[in-house]
Amino acid sequence: MGMTIPTSLKGKSLIEPSDFSVEETEALFDLADEIIKAPEKYSEICKGRLLATLFYEPSTRTRFSFEAAMLRLGGQVIGFSEPNTSSVAKGESLSDTIRTIECYADLAVIRHHKEGGPKVASLSAGIPVINAGDGGHQHPTQTLTDMLTIRIEKGGFENINIGLCGDLKFGRTAHSFIKALSRYRGVKFALISPEELMIPEYVRKEVLLKNDIPFMEVRRLQDVMPDLDVLYMTRVQRERFFNEEDYIRLKDIYILDAEKMRGARSDMIVLHPLPRVNEIAEEVDHDPRAVYFKQAKNGMYVRMALIMALLGIENPR
Amino acid sequence: MEINSIAKGIVIDHIKAGYGMKVLEYLDVDMSKNTIAFIMNAISQKHGRKDVIKIENLTNVDITVLGLVDHSATVNIIDDHKIVKKIKLSLPEKVTNVIKCKNPRCVTSTEHHVPHIFHLVDEETEEYRCEYCDDIVKAGER
Repeated sequence: MGMTIPTSLKGKSLIEPSDFSVEETEALFDLADEIIKAPEKYSEICKGRLLATLFYEPSTRTRFSFEAAMLRLGGQVIGFSEPNTSSVAKGESLSDTIRTIECYADLAVIRHHKEGGPKVASLSAGIPVINAGDGGHQHPTQTLTDMLTIRIEKGGFENINIGLCGDLKFGRTAHSFIKALSRYRGVKFALISPEELMIPEYVRKEVLLKNDIPFMEVRRLQDVMPDLDVLYMTRVQRERFFNEEDYIRLKDIYILDAEKMRGARSDMIVLHPLPRVNEIAEEVDHDPRAVYFKQAKNGMYVRMALIMALLGIENPR
Repeated sequence: MEINSIAKGIVIDHIKAGYGMKVLEYLDVDMSKNTIAFIMNAISQKHGRKDVIKIENLTNVDITVLGLVDHSATVNIIDDHKIVKKIKLSLPEKVTNVIKCKNPRCVTSTEHHVPHIFHLVDEETEEYRCEYCDDIVKAGER
């Protein structure tokens, strides 16, 4: 028999991980697990429903992942991925755009180059809004993807030692991930970054220090590698830098290769939100501990669960 | 310079010299109807120089935002020539359109109709966090 989806999620928006309680988040993972086991049961469940994808900033996988999720639920998709060809180019405000979109669609997914963009849209929206990444700020559905992968591979989140490596300043996936995982008992973080790309103040003060989460900030990946259960690699993103010189100086600062993997536990897993540039050498792809491509598939399933929950669709028996 | 004391109203004293105008700006008081005394650079035993504001016959002014402008100021409510209440200023938990977000990546930099909302993070360090981008700023650097 299928699990019951919490009705509290119906009509909600997901702007940052704390918009959902731990119980609601776990329920989404339970539902995703059921979808993975029998995807055919869900293939027509969203028939007649329409998802709008508003991508003000380029994206391949997140947009495809959402579109694939909706199409695999039997629903349909409208949207834009190039704001220069839409009314945005004419200077329309986010709240006007969303008020129009809600006349057509049941749910909107928004990626915006400005931090807080999807939140502003959600404040005027009559339909659920999902933040698909806002500048260097948050990316909560990537976090659902990351967490589902950890749950499948490691069995849960309590008492795990997590290393996050790379651009922790502008890396929105890292911010959402830390925010969500900080709600679990016994989680410890090793934050590996150059000084220029350390976590933002609000993550340090409002998330880690406020919740008494043990964390250390280090420069060298090798120093913490033997202690990690999960290593979360991130890309140094060219588009977040105002200064090309800084990007060039920092882009290859961490490269995970087979040599470094030898220093890790045999059951450690490596996550990466993708796209990867060269922070993970291709030789690591063959290591069974590298789960980043599995992660991409999990992303579609957890987004299917999310769409169902926000639309209030019942889990078929 | 002597300014007569008021029989009833509100006296905001010990405002840091130079900040009085700002305090007056943030108080939602109708300047065309109320009798207001605004004293600049008065001699103060505590601060050297200070600004003082006296508003006659008005006691229900919203002063929560004053904590952010100058929390060293003192607020006295006067009735029948006597101080009936002394209010200690503290930093407000949430302020709207007082602190402006300066993060060029914040949505408020392009969506101009959106109110700038900030939440208190730490009273001791006087830090506030933007509602939209989470950028942290010191109250004094707004």
